[in-house]
Amino acid sequence: MITAERKSMEELINCVSPYRRLLLVGCNECVTVCSAGGRKEVALLSSALQLHFMKEGKPFEIKEITLERQCDPEYVEELVAHIDSADAVLSMACGCGVQEIARRFKEKPVMPAVNTKFMGASERQGVWAERCAGCGDCVLGLTGGVCPIARCSKQLMNGPCGGSTKGKCEVDPEIDCAWQLIWDRLKALGMTEKYEENMPAKDWRTGRGAGPRKIVREDLA
Amino acid sequence: MENFQPVIVAFCCHYCAYTAADMAGSKRLHYPANVKIIRVPCTGKVSALHMMEALRKGADGVYVAGCLEGDCHFRSGNTRAARRVAYVKKLLDEIGIGGERVEMFCMSAGMGEVFARTASEFTEKIRSLGPNPARVADPACTGTAC
Repeated sequence: MITAERKSMEELINCVSPYRRLLLVGCNECVTVCSAGGRKEVALLSSALQLHFMKEGKPFEIKEITLERQCDPEYVEELVAHIDSADAVLSMACGCGVQEIARRFKEKPVMPAVNTKFMGASERQGVWAERCAGCGDCVLGLTGGVCPIARCSKQLMNGPCGGSTKGKCEVDPEIDCAWQLIWDRLKALGMTEKYEENMPAKDWRTGRGAGPRKIVREDLA
Repeated sequence: MENFQPVIVAFCCHYCAYTAADMAGSKRLHYPANVKIIRVPCTGKVSALHMMEALRKGADGVYVAGCLEGDCHFRSGNTRAARRVAYVKKLLDEIGIGGERVEMFCMSAGMGEVFARTASEFTEKIRSLGPNPARVADPACTGTAC
């Protein structure tokens, strides 16, 4: 999933202060799963903002709505019925959702309520960790299902480096050395010969190296 | 301010604090009528939103009363509730309402005295803090009907 974290209340209060009527929009997908911008978080942020502005004695109205997916125009269209009654939109979706609303409703200020972080997985309740960097040329089949791009601090294709100590990364002792994980997994699978294969320098053009990317499926488009 | 009667919402676990309140009643122990009890099946059911909405709708203070550590009927509901209370405290500090208006307490079903004492002490604490600043600034919010 795409993970996100709510911005500080100070930042959010500052960015919504110029407006009186706010449309607060959540998303039922990734940000719901990572507890950053689903229906519950929309209700909580709405409650917090209302409490703050009540305390300030400032008239402030919030309308809450949570879309099935903010990154799909079909669902964003549902905002048509609500957009006119709002001075601005505060989106709790990832950056994709915020941009989709901004693209559809060009006349409305649209602000993000969360900082979009990374593509990750749940490690346990309330903990998410980065797992994929979207490099566009997946090597997981060669690395025992552990990504050296997303999980090695140096994105080494042939690791580990000299900073790997007792399975931990020199950048932070909390970070597992991805190449230690890769070696352990390959050994468990009896596939250590994969480790001996030197991987060539990665072509980063499949990632962000060649600018913003697009997928076009001719059979669907 | 001397006549200020705070509205306190207490989310009480059915298996401990709610029964402790009952025990306090059976023992004829007095505790302030300011405390409005909401019985919940477990404090793990109490979300941050429940606490925030209680304050938004006019409560001056909110507390969650659950089982003693390790005694939760559902294993870890009380520890989860404690973490949520800590989260709401931080949120309230951030928005200028003040995190001291919410609190977590633990007690067993037999601790009627503790329930009565907790209710009295928390009410006094909120009385000394004064009314919920959102309630003061927003005359439309009466504490009961807004």
